Amino acid sequence: MDFGHLDFDMGKYGLFVWGSYGVSFLALGGLVVVSLLVQARRRKVLEALQAAADSQ
Amino acid sequence: MPKIAKPPMSEGMINFLANPERFTRVTRPLRSWLAGLAALLLVWGLYLCFASPEDYQQGDTVRIMYVHVPAAWLGLAIYGAMGLSSFFGLIFRHALADAAAKALAPIGAVFTALALATGSLWGMPMWGTPWQWDGRMTSELVLLLFYIGYIALHASIEDEVRAAKSTAILAMVGLVNLPIVHFSVQWWNSLHQGGSIFVKGGPTVGAEMLWPLFVMVGAYHALTLWLFLIRLDSEILARKYRALRARLSFN
Repeated sequence: MDFGHLDFDMGKYGLFVWGSYGVSFLALGGLVVVSLLVQARRRKVLEALQAAADSQ
Repeated sequence: MPKIAKPPMSEGMINFLANPERFTRVTRPLRSWLAGLAALLLVWGLYLCFASPEDYQQGDTVRIMYVHVPAAWLGLAIYGAMGLSSFFGLIFRHALADAAAKALAPIGAVFTALALATGSLWGMPMWGTPWQWDGRMTSELVLLLFYIGYIALHASIEDEVRAAKSTAILAMVGLVNLPIVHFSVQWWNSLHQGGSIFVKGGPTVGAEMLWPLFVMVGAYHALTLWLFLIRLDSEILARKYRALRARLSFN
């Protein structure tokens, strides 16, 4: 397999093909980033609360 | 002396993982492996997506299928898992069942929205329309609405036990829609084509197009599992700090 046959315009369907990959990348990338950020923030809050609980 | 019957292995494993602490400890090493596997399969899959030949009828729009089909399959499968988890939570009071269903919902919602969006992007040049109110597209939209309803209902009820119960019932009601999505192309006339992979007599798709599809399906599955473990861990953390905050304010 090679990319010799491939043109960036995707025939005349570039907007639809690249649009599909673009929207998939944005949605899944966004989900990954949000999931990791939320996890990190919750871990930080829990650690702060744990420290407060330990000091009591 | 009477013998105590051992639970079946699957039941034993479910009970073993019911403890959130133990679940986090057991699944933590899995997360980095799954992230690596998902990245590897995505790179390989994307290479195959663009290295494979164009279709003689669809031209280059066939490449949309490699991101549309896995998203649609996972949108359905994740809802099935959510419904099963909700059932376990409601009937067997499994400690992690509601957290698991809650962690799955946004992932399934994103895949279902992607299936609808990429399907419309394929439909515009191939059908001449991005949308038609036929069985497949309408039931897929209903699936997305069930996901959104589940997420909104969970967010709107503050009491965790009540939220778990109400959302579990909603998730189980939504299970009725899954066979409708799957069989809609057989039950009703539709613009959407019927199955072409798991059909009697074998797939009607050429091997050079099956490979990118299957590798992308694998990549999306690995990504889903990794995201699920991250979000479930996040949910366990949130429940821990809510309990701790309540204890601190009580003291």
